[in-house]
Amino acid sequence: MSNFLSEGAKRMNEIIQIQNLKKTFVSDHNTVTALDGIDLSIEKGEIFGIIGLSGAGKSTLVRCMNYLEKPTAGTVIFDGKELGNMSEKELRKARQSISMIFQGFHLLMQRDALSNVCFPLEIAGVPKKEAKEKAKEMLELVGISDKAQAYPAQLSGGQKQRVAIARALATNPQVLLCDEATSALDPTTTQSILSLLQKINQKLGVTIVIITHEMRVIEAICHRVAILDNSCVAECGMVEEIFVNPRSDIAKRLIYPHGRKKTVFQKRGCLRIVFDGSSSFEPVVSNMVLTCGAAVNILFADTKDIDGKAYGQMLLQLPDDETAKRRIYAYLSSRNLYFKEEVADV
Amino acid sequence: MFNPEMIRLLAQGIWETLYMTIVSSLLAYVLGLPLGILLILTDKNGIRPMRLLNGALGFIVNFVRSVPFLILLIAVIPFTRFLVGTSVGSTATIVPLVLASAPFVARMVESSLKEVDRGVVEAAQSMGAGPWQIVTKVLLPEAKPSLILNAAIATTTILGYSAMSGFVGGGGLGTISINYGFYRYQSDVMLVTVLLLVVIVQVFQEIGWRIATRGDKRSR
Repeated sequence: MSNFLSEGAKRMNEIIQIQNLKKTFVSDHNTVTALDGIDLSIEKGEIFGIIGLSGAGKSTLVRCMNYLEKPTAGTVIFDGKELGNMSEKELRKARQSISMIFQGFHLLMQRDALSNVCFPLEIAGVPKKEAKEKAKEMLELVGISDKAQAYPAQLSGGQKQRVAIARALATNPQVLLCDEATSALDPTTTQSILSLLQKINQKLGVTIVIITHEMRVIEAICHRVAILDNSCVAECGMVEEIFVNPRSDIAKRLIYPHGRKKTVFQKRGCLRIVFDGSSSFEPVVSNMVLTCGAAVNILFADTKDIDGKAYGQMLLQLPDDETAKRRIYAYLSSRNLYFKEEVADV
Repeated sequence: MFNPEMIRLLAQGIWETLYMTIVSSLLAYVLGLPLGILLILTDKNGIRPMRLLNGALGFIVNFVRSVPFLILLIAVIPFTRFLVGTSVGSTATIVPLVLASAPFVARMVESSLKEVDRGVVEAAQSMGAGPWQIVTKVLLPEAKPSLILNAAIATTTILGYSAMSGFVGGGGLGTISINYGFYRYQSDVMLVTVLLLVVIVQVFQEIGWRIATRGDKRSR
């Protein structure tokens, strides 16, 4: 009985449920299966990531969530109602609660930022004055109220995506679908857009579904992730769990794109570092490993902390890689530490 | 040739040419604009794919466009008489001009609307916009610069057709150039009418270009 109740409570929290979703594209020459039996449930208020390589079916999946793409089989339930059973009019109404942003922004080029944000409100039949007020408020939220009169052609990629986000949020949606929303942006702008999405999720409680091919996007803001491969869900769970223990091959490939890094240490020789009173508050070895991106093996260490100054020495085994070694030497020199290569066998 | 008589004649010719061209262009858009919108909506990649209707409309448009204008001009004389009561003069010429240019305008409108990014239409759909809202709030406003530019091209083409109708007494500068320049060997009259036509075309083209670029928010 208690089991049944918790199951029921869980259902209440699901905003989108996808059951056995299938989509095949039929053209004159061939049939392509984009989705093959997808089961997913997205909970209210979470940031849910969907990752996969290109052609895995991510974009089709997200388009099935608002029925821009009609599934071949299976059901999509939004807020307890099945989209497939809705009339066209009901579906259009429901779409006002499921907003979407895109990789290519898709702003109206002949309208300025403010009237772009007014656009979904016009569609929903909100009176002009009210729409304008709401649009101003939304531009404020995404941090570009100074660009209200600017046309998309005058805005940078990041600013355009902010306008698109403001536009998507204007109708107070319950869900925001992001289709590769940061893939056309540089890393810094990507980070700022991701922080904005996170802020929106926390402040407005909007459920966010993020489609991406970049693991760093998932890592940065998602709570849960589904990994899509060959039109199927290969793995689904909490982001931390999947990062620590990826089970499927595709998850491993996405998390370690260049294979798991194994350091081969040099067989002969090691490095002696002498600490003679440098600050012990600075984690020299850890910083060296992080900055140089090379692992080291501590063979011996004897250091003391006297009044915040480090004294002693350390023997390190270095990777068998000349570039890594050069970087380590350069780093140690820049820290004014005495070091010496020893030729002894290890 | 520059006697008051001839100048009066040329002035009337300019007036008739402008009258025919502008009224025909407007009416051609009254027919062609909805036709073009219908072509784009019912296309197999459009927002309301309708294979049969699209095919039928496409066939009619292509059929009318492939009939040479002079032949169409003569072929529709009975219809013109029925509508206007006569088949000569500038008002009568408007009938074949509209019939010949409406399909052309429809194709022009179709190609302008096709330039609108599919993604923007998809974005509007994702916000719950219906077909009518997509046409009036997305397709037409977004394609406006291209529509205006194409309207200038359509207008100058219709002007050319109107001059051709001079052969069957259509009125305007075309009739003057044929009656005086061609049949009476008054080359100076022919030259002047042609120059006047060139100037009118230039003016139409320039006006269209200016309105289109000034209104285009993509280029600032």
